Amino acid sequence: MALMRITSPHAHGPMSTTRVMQSVLLATVPGILVLTHFFGYGTLVNIVWGAMLALLFESAALRLRGRPVSFYLKDYSAVVTATLLCIALPPYAPWWLIVVGIASAILIAKHLYGGLGYNPFNPAMVGYVVLLISFPVQMTAWSPPRGAGELHGLVAALEACFTPGNFDGVTMATPLDLLKQNNALLMEDLWQQTPLFGRWAGLGWEWANIAFLAGGLWLLYQRIFTWHAPAAMLASLGLMAALFYDGGSSASGGSPLFHWLSGATMLGAFFIVTDPVTSAVSLRGKLIYGALIGVLVYLIRAWGNYPDALAFAVLIMNFAAPFIDHYTQPTTYGHRDEGSK
Amino acid sequence: MRKIYDFHGGIHPPENKHQSVGEPIEAAGIPQQLIIPLSQHIGAPAASVVTVGERVLKGQQIAEAKGFVSVPQHAPTSGVISAIENRVIAHPSGFSAPCIVIDTDGLDQWIDHSGQPDFESVEPSELIKLIRSAGIAGMGGAGFPTAVKLTVKAATKIETLILNGTECEPYITADDVLMRERAEQIIRGATILRHILSPGETVIGVEDNKPEAIAALRAAAEGTGVDIVSFPTKYPSGGEKQLIEILTDKQVPSGGLPSDIGVVCQNIGTAVAIANAVDKGEPLISRITTVTGDAVDKPRNFDVLLGTPMAFLLDKAAYQAGKNNRLIMGGPMMGFSTPRVDVPIVKTTNCILAPTESELPTPPPAQACIRCGMCADACPASLLPQQLFWFSQGKEHEKLEEHKLFDCIECGACSWVCPSHIPLVQYYRSAKADILKARSDNEKSEQSRARFEAREERLVQLAAEREAKRAARKKAAEERAKKAAAGDGEDPIQAAIERAKAKKAAQESS
Repeated sequence: MALMRITSPHAHGPMSTTRVMQSVLLATVPGILVLTHFFGYGTLVNIVWGAMLALLFESAALRLRGRPVSFYLKDYSAVVTATLLCIALPPYAPWWLIVVGIASAILIAKHLYGGLGYNPFNPAMVGYVVLLISFPVQMTAWSPPRGAGELHGLVAALEACFTPGNFDGVTMATPLDLLKQNNALLMEDLWQQTPLFGRWAGLGWEWANIAFLAGGLWLLYQRIFTWHAPAAMLASLGLMAALFYDGGSSASGGSPLFHWLSGATMLGAFFIVTDPVTSAVSLRGKLIYGALIGVLVYLIRAWGNYPDALAFAVLIMNFAAPFIDHYTQPTTYGHRDEGSK
Repeated sequence: MRKIYDFHGGIHPPENKHQSVGEPIEAAGIPQQLIIPLSQHIGAPAASVVTVGERVLKGQQIAEAKGFVSVPQHAPTSGVISAIENRVIAHPSGFSAPCIVIDTDGLDQWIDHSGQPDFESVEPSELIKLIRSAGIAGMGGAGFPTAVKLTVKAATKIETLILNGTECEPYITADDVLMRERAEQIIRGATILRHILSPGETVIGVEDNKPEAIAALRAAAEGTGVDIVSFPTKYPSGGEKQLIEILTDKQVPSGGLPSDIGVVCQNIGTAVAIANAVDKGEPLISRITTVTGDAVDKPRNFDVLLGTPMAFLLDKAAYQAGKNNRLIMGGPMMGFSTPRVDVPIVKTTNCILAPTESELPTPPPAQACIRCGMCADACPASLLPQQLFWFSQGKEHEKLEEHKLFDCIECGACSWVCPSHIPLVQYYRSAKADILKARSDNEKSEQSRARFEAREERLVQLAAEREAKRAARKKAAEERAKKAAAGDGEDPIQAAIERAKAKKAAQESS
């Protein structure tokens, strides 16, 4: 009889990293469906192509590093990174853009730093920023949403990706661009004169954001992460927007609702800011981390050179996370100052 | 209703307590041989006072306490001492330690004994002595000598006496059945403890998943002023520190004792042992142990003599060795696996868990830490386990201490929730051991350095003294030579010649 000898605890709970990652993937589904509904099949093609590349690069990196490939692929982290990056890319992006983005994310941002758990920067955001800086034209080529232009079918979407030379798609500015460029119209007039605006924010965009919000709330309910970082980010973004709303004048920065439902706000709040590897660890730290991302998003959206700001805001705060950790260590049991309790 | 408080974190693992509470406590009987380790408690091991071949009676002291933090051991039944030697004991490392082996005679013949049933007229210090001589050590798991815990500084006012009937660890029901079946003895022990400590209040804390136990205690406590408090089930609310926080909202200061904040906490099993010792003069020679897990067909609680080999108990519970993947002394969260079935039951053995592979599967290989923070949410000490893990991997001792590694109670909640199946507690144990080793090495090298420096100084001083003496002699010689050269003193050589001549003359003349 060979009795096993291991140390306590001997029991384990039901949670697994694979399940965490699968839940995150599942939670992106409503958002992806809404994006597909409003912008056509481009996003889906991005994601499938990106996920295949991610698995390929991940396997190659693991092999080079001498790690068991199938064991690590099972954690689904590469697919999550690819999905999040590809959601953020414009639909109908050319194949090579996605290759560069995924390679930057998986090979540089993830494996050069030691792989899952050791990367100081969010891989998807690194991939996004590399692309945005290197290929600004392709990265700002958003197609018009359903209701403001013609939608492409699946074949056209595949063509756009793999033979980009033959693809002749119309592109348009995003609502965040329009708002930034506007300096003559009152908010009300801007809304009426441009077909790209919906009820609260950009046509299509608002529903995509609501869908990502729903997915995020489901993750929260599943206890995949805590409410602290997303809530703090949305609160500070809303607060900044309220401060500079300016009554809807031509100089207005847009309402809090507009900012909550524009660009990558909800995707960022619930899928990027909550990335545990690159964020602050303590609950207090997460509040600070999230709040500062919200402030930075607004600052860059309102006064920066880029229409959306999430990737930059997140990367800047990735830098700051260890610093925040240092000052926000929770009070351990028995170290409470009994006098001030 | 008393107000209860919550502590940070905690988990809700499957309780698995129903398996072993179906049957009443069963007397395990007398095995052929009892193995009594000299150390069944925290502190110095006891020293044997018997010899091989000697006949001992039930309750006879066979080993005496050595030092203040120590307890004596007693013969659990009558028989003959057949050996005093090293035997494998219940220890995570599976090592051997000195044990007294008794070949039992089946007569179960008691030694003369009597207690102090009229305890209220006895001085507390006398009762503490009695508890100490009865060999009582904390029966909840740690085994700290009870008399030491009860000896609080004269200036300390104990506000709350807590009896711990929480039993939050899955599978274990030893305290549960004890509360159900022997509630009067627990209350009796509580009143004795109350007489010793004169606390402001006496509280028995029980998790709300033991309604039968709570009802039994409430009935037995009627009119005694002992308060039975139940609170929501959550692991590890039975940890001493956590229970104190639940009942009083106070935290034991880091590195301090509960008595520092006016609290003394005792296990309910210990209270029963105290009642037996004070009322009847019976030393601690038996305890309730749960035998459970899917690899035993008759899971239940046994009243078992200390020193009974585990195999004897497992037999009584219809153990299926073939189905068993590991043998755990204690529960699934904090118990340790033991390599052999012949190790003896000791004062702290509350459970033997014999699980099957499907019940407690072999842990899968650990995946990367994604810093998800589930561990930090679960930690009852409000630590950051993911950071501690990070720093233990890098052996960053300073950072580990900064992140309060030594406040970790090793409850295992962090490992239980970890989605990457990282054996976190194992990392902390190892890091703690490394740091303690480094500290003691450091102390040793400090001592040798001090010793070396003292020696160097002494040598320098001796050399200086010798040098001073030499210089003084040289100076004296020079001065004498100077005087001789100046002619103002007698020439020593001439003087010696004169003395010799005078002596010779004196001899000749006689």
